[in-house]
Amino acid sequence: MDTKQLAVQVADLTVAYQEKPVLWDVDLDVPQGVLMAIVGPNGAGKTTMLKAILGLLTPAAGHVSIFGKPYQQQRGLVGYVPQRGSVDWDFPTSVLDVVMMGNYGKLGWLRRPGAADRKAALSALEKVGMADYADRQISQLSGGQQQRTFLARALMQDAQVYFMDEPFQGVDATTERAIVDLLKELRAQGKTVLAVHHDLQTVPEYFDWVLLLNVRRIASGPVNEVFTDENLRSAYGGRVGFLNKRQDHESA
Amino acid sequence: MSGAQIEIQLIGIVVAAACALPGVFLVLRGMAMMSDAISHTVLLGIVLGFLATGDLESPWLLFGAAAMGLLTVSLTELLNRTRLVKHDAAIGLVFPALFSIAVILISRFARGVHLDTDAVLLGELAFAPFDRLMLFGSLLPRSLVVMGAIALVNLVFIAAFYKELKLATFDAGLAAALGFSPALIHYGLMGLVSITAVGAFDAVGSILVVAFMVAPAAAAYLLTDKLERMLLYSVGLGAAGAVGGYWMAHLMDANIAGSMATMIGVLFLLCLLFAPQRGLLAVAARQRRQRWEFAQAMLAIHLLHHEGTPEAEVENRLDHLQDHLRWEPAFAHNVVQRADERGLVRLENGSLHLTEAGRGLATTMLADKR
Repeated sequence: MDTKQLAVQVADLTVAYQEKPVLWDVDLDVPQGVLMAIVGPNGAGKTTMLKAILGLLTPAAGHVSIFGKPYQQQRGLVGYVPQRGSVDWDFPTSVLDVVMMGNYGKLGWLRRPGAADRKAALSALEKVGMADYADRQISQLSGGQQQRTFLARALMQDAQVYFMDEPFQGVDATTERAIVDLLKELRAQGKTVLAVHHDLQTVPEYFDWVLLLNVRRIASGPVNEVFTDENLRSAYGGRVGFLNKRQDHESA
Repeated sequence: MSGAQIEIQLIGIVVAAACALPGVFLVLRGMAMMSDAISHTVLLGIVLGFLATGDLESPWLLFGAAAMGLLTVSLTELLNRTRLVKHDAAIGLVFPALFSIAVILISRFARGVHLDTDAVLLGELAFAPFDRLMLFGSLLPRSLVVMGAIALVNLVFIAAFYKELKLATFDAGLAAALGFSPALIHYGLMGLVSITAVGAFDAVGSILVVAFMVAPAAAAYLLTDKLERMLLYSVGLGAAGAVGGYWMAHLMDANIAGSMATMIGVLFLLCLLFAPQRGLLAVAARQRRQRWEFAQAMLAIHLLHHEGTPEAEVENRLDHLQDHLRWEPAFAHNVVQRADERGLVRLENGSLHLTEAGRGLATTMLADKR
């Protein structure tokens, strides 16, 4: 495959805390314009993988490239949505302010956000259905609203590749719908999304590509090719409650 | 007021402003105790600087102190990173160690020099106006000049890197992903704290440095939801504490720095009690209101549940509520009276009926709880 076509390419990625490997020799090729779910049991290294790709922790080995170049040269092409619980929502600031943070990378050191950034932030909030909340203090938001605020901030980054850590975690049905619509819209614009995801049942509905991870890469590729019972069983070991349900469903 | 009185208060205000600015970020980062550690360990930097140069006025003392502040931060993080010691314990290990080395060095090599440990802890603001230096053609108190300069440095740093400080404090992960080094911002901030601590402790002592860094910021946090205002309010509260503390010391003939620290503590306590949204009284009032509102909603739902059923005659009676909802009779009467005043229920011969508004409340409450 021509590496220029690949949005994300990971080779031999190994991450260890102390001497314990959390990610073991993971290879991954993600073509441009796909929505990829990263699934695997707890402790499979999903969040670790995102953080290693984004340079937030130092891998013991391996290479990552975004459109053929190291991440450090491609920051402008990458958007990041951390886990909602990773920040202090009592921080004294407004929704609009948080969304504008998405543009800080483009502004660089010292330059202040201006009226144009405010306008862009407002339109990002509109896209996630949060326009009425712009001046709201962030501690007053529900979980779903927090998540949508984070997504609006990622939209502000105007990236080509988005990394999202559990965007559907603990959100209400409205937010879930809004996120799905947003993902589809991003794909329609040719953007690439990699999202850590927990709900196996919705993988085929929301995503078109999937990475099954459990310290090692179990499988990756289009959902209809690799999201098989066999691969799921080898990723999740004995915990196959979902598979049993799926089989019941299929035989019914 | 004499010139000296005005000068002492001015020094207090400038020290308060210089400390409150970085203090806001310390408090928001959950690192308030770092100010305590740094304001003590800088003494080691000063002692080493003095032993190296033999001059208490040398600028190397300031560099030594700032370097020692940063060393405190990095030693703490080093210990923390072993995962064998928690962060607060790491501070508690590093700071007494460095501080006690300083104390030993003073008592062994620098006895008789103006570096006694009492002055380190509490300073002596009363004497600050006597130590003067020439600047712009006038003789100004040294502390005022030094702290004015430090306050200005802090202001310029925070104004210039406001966006970066905000991002790295709120979401260090995104800051790193966007290419802003959170570590650089962190050490920049700690450098400010160190320089501020060195400048301030000569005049006001390390206890007041800690009080000025933590209490105004913690109080301002209770008063506002906006970071800009939090910075502004902290400076204002710190300045008020400085002036108020000065007059308290004046009236009681007490140590000025100690009185200022006390006054700031009092201001914090007032904010804790009376802050409009987050103060203890506001929270208690809100909880009381919610308790009554919830009780009224329970009542409405109970009435709705049995409305129009054969057992309504029994269930929907005032004297039945104590059995069914396990309410004390007095409480039940109170709830019914409040619900009646709000137009949620009607009481006829001891039996309760929902009004249209009461039915609406019950249905929305039930719909919300889906």
